[in-house]
Amino acid sequence: MLKFVKHHMESIVGIEVFPLISLVIFFAFFVGLFVYIARADKKQIDEISRIPLDSNADNHELT
Amino acid sequence: MSTETMTKKGSTSPAANGALDTFYYDNSIVRNFLVATTIFGVIGMSVGLLVACQFFWPDLNFGIQYTTFGRIRPLHTNAVIFAFVGNGIFAGVYYSLQRLCKARMFSDLLSKIHFWGWQLIILSAAITLPLGLTSGKEYAELEWPIDIAIALIWVVFGINMFGTIVKRRERHLYVAIWFFIATFVTVAMLHIVNSFELPISFMKSYSWYAGVQDALVQWWYGHNAVAFFLTTPYLGLMYYFIPKAANRPVYSYRLSIIHFWALIFIYIWAGPHHLLYNSLPNWAQSLGTVFSIMLIAPSWGGMLNGLLTLRGAWDRVREDPILKFMVVAVTCYGMATFEGPLLSLKNFNAIAHFTDWIVAHVHVGGLGWNGFLTFAMLYYLIPRLYGTELFSKKLANIHFWIGTLGIVFYAVPMYWAGFVQSLMWKQFAPEGTLVYSNFLETVTQILPMYQLRAFGGALYLTGVFIMIYNLVKTANSGSFIKETKAEAAPLAKEYKPSPSEHWHRRIFEWRPFNLLIWSLVAVAIGGVIEIVPTFLVKSNVPTISSVEPYTPLELNGRDIYVREGCYTCHSQMVRSFRSETERYGEYAKAGEFVYDHPFQWGSKRTGPDLLRVGGKYPHSWHYYHMLDPTSMSPGSIMPPYPWLFEQNWDKEMTPAKIEAMQTLGVPYKEGYAKEAVADAEKQAALIAFDLETQGIKVVPDKEIIAVIAYLQRLGTDIKKVEPEN
Repeated sequence: MLKFVKHHMESIVGIEVFPLISLVIFFAFFVGLFVYIARADKKQIDEISRIPLDSNADNHELT
Repeated sequence: MSTETMTKKGSTSPAANGALDTFYYDNSIVRNFLVATTIFGVIGMSVGLLVACQFFWPDLNFGIQYTTFGRIRPLHTNAVIFAFVGNGIFAGVYYSLQRLCKARMFSDLLSKIHFWGWQLIILSAAITLPLGLTSGKEYAELEWPIDIAIALIWVVFGINMFGTIVKRRERHLYVAIWFFIATFVTVAMLHIVNSFELPISFMKSYSWYAGVQDALVQWWYGHNAVAFFLTTPYLGLMYYFIPKAANRPVYSYRLSIIHFWALIFIYIWAGPHHLLYNSLPNWAQSLGTVFSIMLIAPSWGGMLNGLLTLRGAWDRVREDPILKFMVVAVTCYGMATFEGPLLSLKNFNAIAHFTDWIVAHVHVGGLGWNGFLTFAMLYYLIPRLYGTELFSKKLANIHFWIGTLGIVFYAVPMYWAGFVQSLMWKQFAPEGTLVYSNFLETVTQILPMYQLRAFGGALYLTGVFIMIYNLVKTANSGSFIKETKAEAAPLAKEYKPSPSEHWHRRIFEWRPFNLLIWSLVAVAIGGVIEIVPTFLVKSNVPTISSVEPYTPLELNGRDIYVREGCYTCHSQMVRSFRSETERYGEYAKAGEFVYDHPFQWGSKRTGPDLLRVGGKYPHSWHYYHMLDPTSMSPGSIMPPYPWLFEQNWDKEMTPAKIEAMQTLGVPYKEGYAKEAVADAEKQAALIAFDLETQGIKVVPDKEIIAVIAYLQRLGTDIKKVEPEN
């Protein structure tokens, strides 16, 4: 099984660049995430953060 | 979201006419898992207390193999992790997921299969581990048929969870659900990759990996079992139950988004910090350290997010035992996740590794974070599921204090013991010799600490019994509500997000399958980068020409070593410190372990390291030592192993064992399986003959002979070559 993985990975041309590409992707993702967090609409965020509270026995649960 | 806003939001849907769906939450499955977590909590912790007492009363194994430390320590860890915490996870997920999705669980049948399947797995673990049926890899000891069952039941859980998410009536996936999704996908990946093993019989298999690679895969699994079984699902529960109990939204939902992605991405890289100073390539050790340090940020972000949710509600913490349990749980999480990165620094690790410090560390997490959050959940849910009030707040407060004291009495002596023993291991006299050259001296020194630890554990368990009394009384005073009726508008089929809606929401927060796939990508990449190079790059595991495969008898001895769980107390890893090379001999080289399926480096030294024990003592020493350890080492806390002198080593399976090893790449000559038994018998006869010259009469077929053969082989291969120059 491991030999199978090994041989195939060795045959990929330019495999050295893969880690760099993944670093760039992840870095970009986290930058984007911070931008989203910074720009997100406060009202919407508040609404979302209340989801667990709203699923309360007091409103939509009809015990 | 309240019914009112739901109607507004779904204005393009049939609900525009006010058509609300009426549905029922399934409480039975939640109750079942709650009962299971409580029962297995008691069992797991009781076994824990038993093994804790065996440290100072070795006779507490009652003289039988099935209750000896090496076999029931895995029973303790498996029971508390997979039975106590596992059932706790499922109880919390089944309660919160239905409510967060405003939908009943996808399938009652799958819920039932999940529940009973999981309990059967636990039962089979409780039977097989004392029988010594183990794969010999920490926290993954269960043998291959049980591994397959775990994978199947886990998939059932996943289908049930995703089915529920798909039919939800709340567009937005609350952050707790993200944590549940990441838990599902990562545990599946870890379990499958780490469980690659070659079965040779119904209950025996060999790890597919060997030595360094096995260690790396195992601790990638072990570390992330902590991350994705003991942490992420409980963080999901924290994000649901703390707001519920405090009746206020989480401190910062923004922070929780960062918390989620950063935590799952970084956690997976940190595994090699369990192998610092071990025979692992240096780059892998450094990678583990760097990512462990980075891990402080998301861990503490999450911890503060949980604690700060209680801002402005601290007066209620004084009153409400549920909030008290939650505060201590989150605080313990904060302490353990600060300590973890510290322990990943090489200078800290040099002191703490192999000592009771690590035991203290994991129990702050286990007793504090997992235990207390589970108790909080039980106190919160049972009265609600039975439509009543908690029987006694006073008893819950007593439980809280006795449990907290239990944690203190557990952790402080273990920190003390770890520190003292480590310093004793490393202390040199001015002449350059070890002050405590007899390992046993460092053990007897800390025996009082072991007694205190057991006292702490007993206190904690007492608290659990008080809780059970309280909860049973509570349940009896109410009547169980099997289903809870609820109403919500269905999701609009064609939903047009407003322009202000952000990408993260479009891509992830409304799309569970995207979350699943990208969580998997985030967690897979760290593992791939760490593990694959050790398979690809030859120089990572230098070969040593004098290292040869085990003889068939030694292989049988090794299997007995694994069966008895010797690795729970003895390492086979001499680190490159002068204090260790002085005590044990030449430090361990990666190339020495290439035929070790599974690796047996161990993680704790209750007894001395065994890597270089081969040839250190005569056969007769081992014979008497296994029969009665105190005869050779007065004061030893190792239990006797009389059954090794009664049972025969396994001739029947020996050819299959050799063939399995050949399949795994161990270079026995072709057709050797046929000669294996004869060779083993020859070697056994030689050992029996040697013992006879020292006045010991023993049948060569007995297991003790195979164990002696293995122990005498350990670490001797590299001594065969004269060093160059």
